[in-house]
Amino acid sequence: MNTGVPLIYFLILAAIMFFAGVYGFLTRRNLITILMSVELILNSVNINFVAYNRYLYPHKLEGFFFSLFVIAVAASEAAVAIAIIINIYRRFTTINVEDVDTMRY
Amino acid sequence: MVTFTYTVWILLIPFLMFILLGLAGHKLKPKLSGLLGTSGLAVITALSYITAYLYFFQTEKIDGAFQKIIAYNATWLQLTDDLHIDIGVLIDPISVMMLIVITTVSFMVHIYSLGYMKGEKGFERYYAFLSLFSFSMLGLVLSTNIFEMYIFWELVGISSYLLIGFYYQKPSAVKASKKAFIVTRFADMGFLIGILILSFNTKTLDFITLTDPAGPAIAQGSGISFMGLSVMTWSMIFVYMGGVGKSAMFPFHIWLPDAMEGPTPVSALIHAATMVVAGVYLVARMFPIYALAAPAALDVVAYVGAFSSLFAAVIACTQTDIKRVLAYSTISQIGYMMLALGVSGYGGHEGLGYMASMFHLFTHAMFKALLFLGAGAIIHAVHSNYMNDMGGLRKYLPITHITFLIACLTISGIPPFSGFFSKDEILAAAFSHNKILFAIEYAVAGITAFYMFRLYFNIFWGEDTRYEHTPHEAPVTMTIPLIVLAIGAAVSGIIPFNKLVTSDSKAFESEIEWGIAVPSVLIGLLGIGIAYIFYGKKSSLPDRLAATFKYTYKWAYNKFYIDEIYLFITKKIIFRYISEPVAWFDRHIVDGTMNAIATVTQAVSFRIRGFQSGQLQKYVYVFISGAILLAVIFIYLWH
Repeated sequence: MNTGVPLIYFLILAAIMFFAGVYGFLTRRNLITILMSVELILNSVNINFVAYNRYLYPHKLEGFFFSLFVIAVAASEAAVAIAIIINIYRRFTTINVEDVDTMRY
Repeated sequence: MVTFTYTVWILLIPFLMFILLGLAGHKLKPKLSGLLGTSGLAVITALSYITAYLYFFQTEKIDGAFQKIIAYNATWLQLTDDLHIDIGVLIDPISVMMLIVITTVSFMVHIYSLGYMKGEKGFERYYAFLSLFSFSMLGLVLSTNIFEMYIFWELVGISSYLLIGFYYQKPSAVKASKKAFIVTRFADMGFLIGILILSFNTKTLDFITLTDPAGPAIAQGSGISFMGLSVMTWSMIFVYMGGVGKSAMFPFHIWLPDAMEGPTPVSALIHAATMVVAGVYLVARMFPIYALAAPAALDVVAYVGAFSSLFAAVIACTQTDIKRVLAYSTISQIGYMMLALGVSGYGGHEGLGYMASMFHLFTHAMFKALLFLGAGAIIHAVHSNYMNDMGGLRKYLPITHITFLIACLTISGIPPFSGFFSKDEILAAAFSHNKILFAIEYAVAGITAFYMFRLYFNIFWGEDTRYEHTPHEAPVTMTIPLIVLAIGAAVSGIIPFNKLVTSDSKAFESEIEWGIAVPSVLIGLLGIGIAYIFYGKKSSLPDRLAATFKYTYKWAYNKFYIDEIYLFITKKIIFRYISEPVAWFDRHIVDGTMNAIATVTQAVSFRIRGFQSGQLQKYVYVFISGAILLAVIFIYLWH
């Protein structure tokens, strides 16, 4: 059943993607790039779901469905986030996250 | 047998008129709202006279006594199984008599105000308040139980407050209205305590049960004693305290002279004829209890009344504001009524004082309302309250002059005017009961005649003061009430009160006692004579007399410094030694604790507010660090 690629490879890939996403989220200042980092984090989780499902419970499908749900949610989340970003741009004429600090003390 | 269910409308019409004029009055033309209020009063005046006719002449008596009829009754508040507060209408001799007094005077005042208040700002507000007052005063006299009476008692207090403060832009009027309200409210506290003691011991609030001479209430309450007096005596003294406040008896009289800040027709209606006699009415209503179960309380009534009448009469001799003279005269005359109740017994000829008191209440309402309305006409013509600004007015104000003279003769007890009859009955009752009280009242009769004619001569005779513009007679809306009330004051002495309004509702025989009537007329004439010598022509006698008795005169002129004593007690003692420490405690301890909590919270927040930087990525950084930390703890350190 196993075709040669061990589970650990998938997990390493997912971990790399996850931390790349976190790194991007923390260091990038552009809101669009931050949104892309969030997508990376979500997709790393999808890979984990699919990989665990395939290797641990090959006769079941919950993991696949879960990742499908995550994709759907991510799509709508992206739409909402971009709408927010557009509004921020209209108000502040910038999408630099450091300049959007109206909610400070 | 007549049922008096329609009497409910006597209460409802002025109440509805108050709501109508109060809510929609500013949309109506002032004249229309005045006419509406007056016509409402006309209807209930007619209803009251019909009620009086039906009650006194058409209703069957049982055992020769007028029956107490409950025309309407509804339970309003059920406190326990047997103690409940009702709202109802009670028809009996004194309430029917009061109906006549209130509606007559109120109707006259309504008509009079059409002329007197013409063009005033807030005309419709004035009529709304008058309707409210009429409603509450009628409710007071028609109450079936003491608690309902207490409710209406407070309502007349508030309407009096509103009307005294009618010129609310005048600081002195605002001050006077507050003073009236606070002083009477303080006295009403005693009234409430009295009601509570009474209802606790007798388990009823109902007047008919309470005042039934053979009933259980009187027997129950008088048995228990506290500090040497029966519990019934205590409760009656406390109830009387409310009456003292409302009727402006010593020591709660201080509000009444100041209440003259209100419009003059209001003074005539509330502070002379109706509201201030509520205290007398209260004692008369509870009279069987006073007479049979609490004679000590009845003595208190008599002595307070006698002292107030003498005290106020002396002050009245020195005042120069004509309305204040009339105010002190009112206190003095109400003192008479209180005294008459105080020297009365229960039943038959013993109850002469009771009958005399009610009789005097009736005649006093007529002539004192007349005096006030006359004073209003004079003030209207001269634009001043002070008698120094007046003199020789008889040529300019002929109708006012004649009616005022009738009123002065009536209050001085000169026959054949009504005051002679009622005053004679009071003096006769006092004479048979207590010679000292009789002597006081006899002297007061002379003083009364003196100060009333001092007023009369100063206003209408004496030198013709140069007026800026010639005074003119009041309009017809003002003179008609004067004439009607003058007729009332002159002839109401023939009403046979001994057949109609008596302590046990049974008729008894009484005749004018010439042995007392002749000397009392003589002392009245003496007072008038002295007043004529002093003030009839220009004379330096009064000034010289005032100079001789400098200190007495000064004391009386300053109203025996009672107001100052009150101010001293409140400001120097209560405010300084009680209120100020309490205020300090409130400001420094209570407020201080709250302020300290707020200050500490603010200081702490100031230190830690840097966390809230508004930088999204810093938040995420902290969040992820936390998550990693927790992961490390759970995976490697938690076993």
